[in-house]
Amino acid sequence: MAYPDPIKQTYQKEIKDIRDAGLFKQERFIHSSQAADITVEFPEGAKLQPAINMCSNNYLGLSSHPEVLKAAHEGLDTRGYGMSSVRFICGTQDIHRELEHKVTEFLGTEATILFPSCMDANAGVFEAVLNDKDVMIADRLVHASIIDGMRLCKAQQDTFKHSDMAHLEEKLQLHADKRVKLIITDGVFSMDGDTAKLDEIVRLAERYGALVFVDDSHGSGYIGKTGRGTQEKYGVMGKIDIITTTFGKALGGASGGCVSGRREIVELCRQKARPYLFSNTVAPVIVAGVLRVLEILSKSTERRDKLETNTAHWRKGLTEAGFVLKEGDTSIVPVMLFNAKLAQDVSRDLYTEGVYAMGFFFPVVPKGQARIRTQVSAGHEVRHLDKALAAFKKVGQKFDILGKTKDEIIQKYGM
Amino acid sequence: MDDMQKIVLDYVTREYLEDDSQTINPDTPLISGGIVDSFSMVSLKRFLENTYSISIPDDKATPEAFDTVNKICTLVREFQTK
Repeated sequence: MAYPDPIKQTYQKEIKDIRDAGLFKQERFIHSSQAADITVEFPEGAKLQPAINMCSNNYLGLSSHPEVLKAAHEGLDTRGYGMSSVRFICGTQDIHRELEHKVTEFLGTEATILFPSCMDANAGVFEAVLNDKDVMIADRLVHASIIDGMRLCKAQQDTFKHSDMAHLEEKLQLHADKRVKLIITDGVFSMDGDTAKLDEIVRLAERYGALVFVDDSHGSGYIGKTGRGTQEKYGVMGKIDIITTTFGKALGGASGGCVSGRREIVELCRQKARPYLFSNTVAPVIVAGVLRVLEILSKSTERRDKLETNTAHWRKGLTEAGFVLKEGDTSIVPVMLFNAKLAQDVSRDLYTEGVYAMGFFFPVVPKGQARIRTQVSAGHEVRHLDKALAAFKKVGQKFDILGKTKDEIIQKYGM
Repeated sequence: MDDMQKIVLDYVTREYLEDDSQTINPDTPLISGGIVDSFSMVSLKRFLENTYSISIPDDKATPEAFDTVNKICTLVREFQTK
């Protein structure tokens, strides 16, 4: 018997425990393409309902952009559906090389290597370039994929308090004897929407002879005046040694990612990074789509400018309505509710009002910091945002949280 | 509380607690209590080695041995006497 009952029961119990803890993730089925207006089936089997999407990473509204679709169709027609190979056997096409060159140009780095996802890039890069003589010093709020990548690497691991530069400096002094000291941070922190202080981080790196790694998945394409990411916002273009990013968010929203940075580091990834060596090449249709995305973004800043205006409108509307928001200047705008059940209830009622926005709570965010994470897109029009604001106000009134402080909300609903 | 307990407690407080509202005592579970994650243990180990001029082998620097200030002090004393 390949699947004995005791094992089956063990798994069933684990799933039940997840449900009992209120942590079971229930997927919602979208019957349309990704956009500001979507059609949703939730719960499974329920009548389809139109909704305004306020929680996608489709920051620039390019996921279903006609020009991107057209390019993807052309890629499909001219380069096929798949390559049935990893890159180094027979999976590298001319367009893979072209995309690596274009990403390098866009990010202002020395070289780029594509990965099936940014998760894979983060899983592969540390092990490829660091050994046991080195140390990785990571911000304590970095993305889970970075933590997994660090676990796969033999270098010593250490952390610094979130965005605490004095603490980072202490760590650089503590590890002064290491061959490579790699400072690791997200560019935009996905749960809070704040950005790493890359100008200060680069200054410290220069002072202590350290390298800098930035995962800019939530920043590439729209942060900075021309959308080159957090490195542009902080005036440190060309000074980040390793950038990882995704094509699954602002840059088209399909999938795929990359490591971009110092030439030697990229070359070592090409020779040694296991997720690169042992998983299939990025599909031609995606490569062709991302090439068009970069072309669109290189011609005009119109979309990121619109996103900036939309985000300001959204943030102002929520603030005036009396919600508690996390401070920030990215298109991730967390509406703080603090209590996990309240976050779930507000999310459910928003959906009833035609707004799709998810509640996040422990363990995704720390206990007592439950929230609705809203994300603005250039695909939103003001009418979408105003309609969503009206829904937020209605639900906020129902739960009597408008104009209430953090302490007052916690007093009413608990942590 | 002896000097070593005070020094280790002070370091853990400064290094790992995010705000003043959290307090710990020498028996507070640090790792199993979610205050110190396994990544962050490295700096604690280095701090102990530098402060007490000892070397703790990796196989002795286990989450169990580092779980409370009191357990950490026991471990440090073991290596001080070697």
